[in-house]
Amino acid sequence: MNLQLFALAIFDGISYAALVFLVAVGLTLIFGVLRVLNVAHGSFYAMGAYATASVGGAIFAAGWAPWLAFPLMLVAAAAIGVMVGGPVEKLLLSRIYQMEDVLQILVTFAVFMILEDVQRLIWGVRPLFEATALNQLGTVSVFGITYTVYQLIFLPLVAIVVLIALRLGLRRTLTGRLITAVTEDREAAVTIGIDVERVYLITFIVGATLAAFGGALASATTSVVPGMGADMIVLSFAVVATAGMGQIEGAAITALLIGLGRSFAVYLWPELQVLVPYLIMFAVLLVRPQGLFGAAEARKI
Amino acid sequence: MPFPNAVKRGIPLALVVALIVLPVIDPTSQVMLMLALAKGLAVLGVIVLLQAGQVSFGHALYFAVAAYTAAFVGKATGGGEIIVTLLAGVLAAAVVSVVVGIFVVRYRHIFFGMLNLAVSMIFFSFLEKFYFITGGSDGLSVARPTVLGLSLERGAFEGVLYYGTLGLSLVALFLTHRFLSSPIGQMLRAIKTNEVRLEYLGVSPRSVLLVGYVVSAVLCGLGGALMATAQGIVTPEYAWWIRSGEFVFIAILGGAGSVSGAFAGAFVYEAVKTYAAAFAADIWQMILGTVLLLVILFAPTGLVGLYRSAVTRGDDIDAGAPDRRKREAVS
Repeated sequence: MNLQLFALAIFDGISYAALVFLVAVGLTLIFGVLRVLNVAHGSFYAMGAYATASVGGAIFAAGWAPWLAFPLMLVAAAAIGVMVGGPVEKLLLSRIYQMEDVLQILVTFAVFMILEDVQRLIWGVRPLFEATALNQLGTVSVFGITYTVYQLIFLPLVAIVVLIALRLGLRRTLTGRLITAVTEDREAAVTIGIDVERVYLITFIVGATLAAFGGALASATTSVVPGMGADMIVLSFAVVATAGMGQIEGAAITALLIGLGRSFAVYLWPELQVLVPYLIMFAVLLVRPQGLFGAAEARKI
Repeated sequence: MPFPNAVKRGIPLALVVALIVLPVIDPTSQVMLMLALAKGLAVLGVIVLLQAGQVSFGHALYFAVAAYTAAFVGKATGGGEIIVTLLAGVLAAAVVSVVVGIFVVRYRHIFFGMLNLAVSMIFFSFLEKFYFITGGSDGLSVARPTVLGLSLERGAFEGVLYYGTLGLSLVALFLTHRFLSSPIGQMLRAIKTNEVRLEYLGVSPRSVLLVGYVVSAVLCGLGGALMATAQGIVTPEYAWWIRSGEFVFIAILGGAGSVSGAFAGAFVYEAVKTYAAAFAADIWQMILGTVLLLVILFAPTGLVGLYRSAVTRGDDIDAGAPDRRKREAVS
């Protein structure tokens, strides 16, 4: 493996990790607060991608300014988060918090199945491709490799901004502190008068928006196809479990680890590409059952 | 509204008779019923683990391991004998489950589910990528095996396979029921209610769960090997995580509290899927998802629970499900 391939693998890994992080951090945030593993998260990712690609395709064909691709991603992600994520929590999940884990996961699995067909009905099965945002930023040469600025600089930058914003938001704002309080101890939060239902709803919408935002960003780099949500949800589960459930910074580091592992596998041993995330997860959980950054839980008798 | 005793005993018997007679009256239904039985066996395996409160999102692994083993053994022995291919498939599932089981029984709940998912995804990728061994995404064809040394025509073979599967399913149902009422089956349930108490009794929850895990893998394997023989082809889709999810789905639909729920769920699931795919091809997933939501929200004990509360309360229809479990499934 020469220096150029090595650099290429690192660049691929970083840009991929940025996307995975956005989806995984939403998942881990939702799990941390609601204690529900949200399978429908993959649908939010796919719907964010579809919404961005289809609306983008329409408005750029109508002659709108190409720089609008960036605000469009934010708008599309927020729209999916509020309009799809909101009702899912309010109408469905809010009824099942007292049920067993298994049933909660299955409810989100059912939502996932329903949303898969909703996507098919709205957007059809033909792949969409809309790379205006990617083309807007042009390319850059590093170590003699030409790489798109969008993937090499923009995506990691967005991921870092989201990470810092989430950290500051959770520590400094009132809503963030309420979310943290509910995460730490739900019962205590209720007794001091925190509206837990509202916190759940807000957290779920934020998490869903992050997944949709990941999809919106990904739509510029790849064609949007049916089934992309299923692939992403399994991968982001692997990231979240490896990092430790509910760990935000942990999700960032693990996404990077898995992203790099995956991209090196692409160049060294392509057959292993899909396996690497699971092998890493396996290796980590073997040594640390609670995940890299998770704390061991006390057992109840 | 209580029914007379004869009716209560009669309904399950009538269902079995219907399964025997239906393919004769309507030959087109045989394929659907065959698939439902094969899946029902796999779901039975998932239900065994659900007794311990653990859910695996990767049990399609054992379905696929047994299916591919049956295909390979069939190929290696020139078509093969059905008893040999089925046994080889089940044995392979058992061996793999011991190895994987030793590792995964240390984990509970979401980690247990996710690790099973990870192992099944690793196997899925292996099936897809190492195409020179596994045929890649095209899969492998499974030649029609002989039955006790006899080569049968297609129609006769399918008939034998269907009734053989029906017989095996009934035996599996009975044995699983006996297993769950045995001391080790009771200990398995104790993992769900209170694992620490089990430890205080001097029992190793990990060993107990490992036994349950291997039993469940064997059932899944039997279903997978039969499915491969019935379909004549195995593809990586056998190990796909959606299929694992499907097994859990059917278990909840039928009623995770009792063994008969596996088959009740599998028949309703296959019927809905077949008709939804025929009449509403674009939205069959939506229909299934909606059915699942309605079951969880309004009938958490599944079809078997609905049936029980319709006939009577507390009466032990399949003698394998005391009422206590019904309450657990609700809580």
